[in-house]
Amino acid sequence: MRMDLIQPFIGSLDAVLAEMMKTAPRIVDLTMEEEGYRRKGLAASVNFKGEIQGRVILDMDPQAAAQVASYLAGDEVDSSQPIVREAVCELANMVIGNAVTQLNDRGFQFKVFPPAVLTEKQCAAAGQDSEATILCFETPSGNVYLDISMHYHRRRSRERSTVAV
Amino acid sequence: MKQFEALTRKKDNQAARYLIVDDSVFARKSLAKMVESFGGQVAGEAGDGCTAITEYSRTNPDIVLMDITMPQMEGIEAVERIVQGHPDARIVMVSSVGYQDNILAALQKGARHFVQKPVKPDALYEIIRYVLNDEGVASPVHAGGEKDR
Repeated sequence: MRMDLIQPFIGSLDAVLAEMMKTAPRIVDLTMEEEGYRRKGLAASVNFKGEIQGRVILDMDPQAAAQVASYLAGDEVDSSQPIVREAVCELANMVIGNAVTQLNDRGFQFKVFPPAVLTEKQCAAAGQDSEATILCFETPSGNVYLDISMHYHRRRSRERSTVAV
Repeated sequence: MKQFEALTRKKDNQAARYLIVDDSVFARKSLAKMVESFGGQVAGEAGDGCTAITEYSRTNPDIVLMDITMPQMEGIEAVERIVQGHPDARIVMVSSVGYQDNILAALQKGARHFVQKPVKPDALYEIIRYVLNDEGVASPVHAGGEKDR
């Protein structure tokens, strides 16, 4: 997995959570997976395709999700309320959108699709040749997981480099 | 939420009316709260580009806050169609995806401004004040409220 492609997602989640939770999250675990992802809390996934293709899953402990929902709603939101899932989707949209913006500004072209609530407990791998990195962020309200599965089309990159020369 | 000095329409000094377009209920709710804190009225809401076009014709708002990535019809296409029928439409793009190609496409189709999510109320307030005063197209403001240079 290329860390330069993952770093924008980490930076984006860090910044957005710091803004919404008023505290800086801490990365406490990093694992590589070839199998699918097992959901731990309330999750949303966003797919993207193009020069970099793949899927990002944002998975939050219910209390952490409720804190984000409260921030977005401007009112206290209980973790059992259905609207908390919607908040996870919106957070995923922001985090992935911000990361994609950074990657695009570095010359990677791809399209992002709207976020979807993840209901299955066990998700299939994003695709053949996809490498998944799962990061666990610790916050005072619970853990937040980011599963980044992407496939980088090297051939297109080489073509671009050739054209640039 | 912080209360701002009310933004009003130049023509009659009445509260500005907004159409909020976003597929996320949360984003619409959050933007509606900001609009109210700016002294505005939410004239309508839409969850996709097709509904936005219908709602624009129905409500004739002073400002549209338009997401980009949405199901059925994306925001940039909706901007194009609204501006075709209403050349004076004031549309501000509000999206988490803020790369240059997207921003340029939206501005070329007739959007007046762009703000990146997560939206900071102060940044959005300044943009709306600017757009309501018909001060033309400006450089985009990102999440931190800092303009591109």
